[in-house]
Amino acid sequence: MSERGTAPPLLRLRGISKRFGDLVANDAIDLDLHAGEILALLGENGAGKTTLMSILFGHYVADAGSIEVAGEDGRLRPLPPGSSRAALDAGIGMVHQHFTLAANHSVLDNVVLGTERLWAWRQDRAAARRKLSGLIEATGLEVPLDMPCGSLSIGEQQRVELLKALYRDARVLILDEPTAVLTPQQAERLFTTLRRLAADGLGIIFISHKLDEVLALCRHIAVLRHGRKVLEVAAAGIDKARLAHAMVDRPVELPKAEPRPAGEPVLELASVGVIAGHGSEGLTDLSLTVHAGEILGIAGVSGNGQRSLAGLVAGTLDPAAGSLRLLGRPWPEGGPKALVRAGVGRIPEDRHRLGVVGDMTVWENLVLEGYDAPICRRFGLFLKLRHFRRKARALVERFDIRCGDLEGPARLLSGGNMQKLILARVLERNPRLILASQPTRGLDIGAVAAVHQHLLDARQRGAGILLITDDLDELLQLSDRVRVLYRGRLGPPRRRAEIELARLGLEMAGQDPDRQQSAHAA
Amino acid sequence: MRLEPRQHVPPLLGIGAPLGAALLALLICAIPLALAGADVTRAYRLILTGSLGSRFAVTETLTRAAPLILTGLAAAIAFRARLWNIGAEGQLYIGALVAVALGSGAVPLPAFLLLPLVLLAGALAGGLWMLGPTWLKVRLGVDEVVTTLLLNFVVLLFVGMMLEGPLQDPMSLGWPQSAPLVAEARLPELIERTRLHFGLVIALAAAGLTWLVIQRTRFGFELRATGANPEAAGYVGMNQSRVMLKVGLFSGAMAGLAGVAEVAGLRGYLTQDLSPGYGYAGIVVATLAQLGPLAVIASALFVAAVFVGADSMSRAIGVSSYIADLIVATALLTMLLAGLFTRYRISR
Repeated sequence: MSERGTAPPLLRLRGISKRFGDLVANDAIDLDLHAGEILALLGENGAGKTTLMSILFGHYVADAGSIEVAGEDGRLRPLPPGSSRAALDAGIGMVHQHFTLAANHSVLDNVVLGTERLWAWRQDRAAARRKLSGLIEATGLEVPLDMPCGSLSIGEQQRVELLKALYRDARVLILDEPTAVLTPQQAERLFTTLRRLAADGLGIIFISHKLDEVLALCRHIAVLRHGRKVLEVAAAGIDKARLAHAMVDRPVELPKAEPRPAGEPVLELASVGVIAGHGSEGLTDLSLTVHAGEILGIAGVSGNGQRSLAGLVAGTLDPAAGSLRLLGRPWPEGGPKALVRAGVGRIPEDRHRLGVVGDMTVWENLVLEGYDAPICRRFGLFLKLRHFRRKARALVERFDIRCGDLEGPARLLSGGNMQKLILARVLERNPRLILASQPTRGLDIGAVAAVHQHLLDARQRGAGILLITDDLDELLQLSDRVRVLYRGRLGPPRRRAEIELARLGLEMAGQDPDRQQSAHAA
Repeated sequence: MRLEPRQHVPPLLGIGAPLGAALLALLICAIPLALAGADVTRAYRLILTGSLGSRFAVTETLTRAAPLILTGLAAAIAFRARLWNIGAEGQLYIGALVAVALGSGAVPLPAFLLLPLVLLAGALAGGLWMLGPTWLKVRLGVDEVVTTLLLNFVVLLFVGMMLEGPLQDPMSLGWPQSAPLVAEARLPELIERTRLHFGLVIALAAAGLTWLVIQRTRFGFELRATGANPEAAGYVGMNQSRVMLKVGLFSGAMAGLAGVAEVAGLRGYLTQDLSPGYGYAGIVVATLAQLGPLAVIASALFVAAVFVGADSMSRAIGVSSYIADLIVATALLTMLLAGLFTRYRISR
């Protein structure tokens, strides 16, 4: 490993700036990456990490600044802006947060894709296979070469993405929030691989907003805030509090859950089953109860049945077996509208896809679930628009939605404000049961605090909340009880005070922590 | 160079872009006009005077605009809900067919009853005809682009069969043409001794009604939500099949109404060449109007003026009147481009 400061860097960014309209996404950022180094790029959502890496990879062109990459001879050469091809040729490999794999093609095909000449008469797969097998042996990134990528687990798909970059002889590797989809044990295994790759001389940029893993893995840390590099330090000896303060300039008060006795059951699922297929994940013999004034957290790696469970409670999916009860009565017939009328509030996991109609106005989105109540209509036919606008204005005020204009399209809202809009629409009806699916995914820390506060307030008012999230910190912070969902089955309920993170991680990976204390997770 | 979405559209650009696009289209079409050996400025002057230059020219343009407004609405309503109705031509003929079946003496009623009956029956028939493909789409997932398009040919052949069979005028000497509508079923003319008829008023009223329905009613709210984001509409519990069926009915009815108005207002009888492609032109009209019901009026007037003007120009200087198709098609492309630049800005 080279020591910082002596050898020339592998990658040098100088004065990178990028504006989007009035938003300064990157402001004169300097960054050096050396061979054999794992550099953490730390920052909140919206701090400019992804923009910076997109500029490096040629997706965006910087307004100002230069990028230089070391060639084979170690001399720095400028990287032509705006070309992903040039970035790939210069040896920059990127593993995106959302994988870019063709699900119906084999691992080998996916890795080779884009490296062959388009009009070649024949493709030399044997050579590709030899090279790839050699890489797997050298790095320990085990994947079955001939399986279609769609049938691989998330961890395996991530290994394919890594192999893709290495196959193209990447010397700079960028990983965008790679642990977001992994269990703690899978993440540990990824770290082992990354350490080995760095030891072989690669430079790695590790993008994250989780302090613990950054401190565990990286030698050098750069912190971005509001598009600026506010801190760059060696990882050794720095404490978490200083990093956290650098990430967030304002003190954020994290809402706390006051203990509260749980009441009557509001949601009961008895031996519910959903058959896998047609885009839905299977559920097997699933029973759970959510009480009034309680938050039940569902932990698990996404893809284990969360979407089906949310669909059942949201009224968009019917169970193949078993029964659901709401407030002690049989489940209302008639889909989402009947559920909303009966007192269910639903926060969908995908705001843009399910939560709002982006091309409709802010006020129209605020009444999206209540537009057809009889009192909102004149002659049963025409909508009382003035009534809607008045109501929307009140909600915008009450929930602090920063939208500028009620008549503007909802798609222009930031993620946090869009989620506040959905919360306003849902909570305004004082629901007795709230389904919160990934309620803070992709939000910055201020918006996260606001969402958590609203959920805790609703709990305090006596609503029962089913919280489905990948974010373990959120889960442990909010839930009264936690259950783990793995391959469509629920683990036993645990009170928050009884939970150990390591055991939770093992359960999320499908291991029984009592029987396999020393087992290695896949 | 890349495109970035605009947060706010400057009002001047909103008005200027479509006008600039129309001018650009005329500029581009000057090339083929010059190649055809015509004096370009004279040709354009003739198009202008031929469509707007005299009382007669204006009434002709308005007469041509009436069916285009209605078929434009048919396309606009359907496209707003992502129902790709390419079958307005067929629905137009179905409406016309029902109009002659009821209006040429079969139902003896006074004008104030017969005329509304013919109008409503024709509209309903067009709507029901569109209901078939819509039902196939929502229940079985059959692609409506294919079904509606192919049904156009079914309708045309069916009309031919009727005109040589049960609906043929006994006085037509074997010509495939229906019996004329009785006077009680005819739409009155708007201006004496011109071809301009009451159909224009119906078309304008239909545009106003459509705007009202889309912007102000529960159905319109559901239509817009379903069209803009079907998944979110489903998530909040809107019944998308029912919305689609209503949209199909509404859209087909507008095209059917166009057929009735052409027969009852202009021709007085049905032949196989009632429509010079109004159903297809409606798609262009709706696209130019960016699917806005009121903007459909303006874009229908533009398309009608180009067609009427080009007809008159081609008679005067002998350039084929196909130049009208060329101008309209070019205008469609430049308008789409203008729409892009109003919604996005170019940045480096």
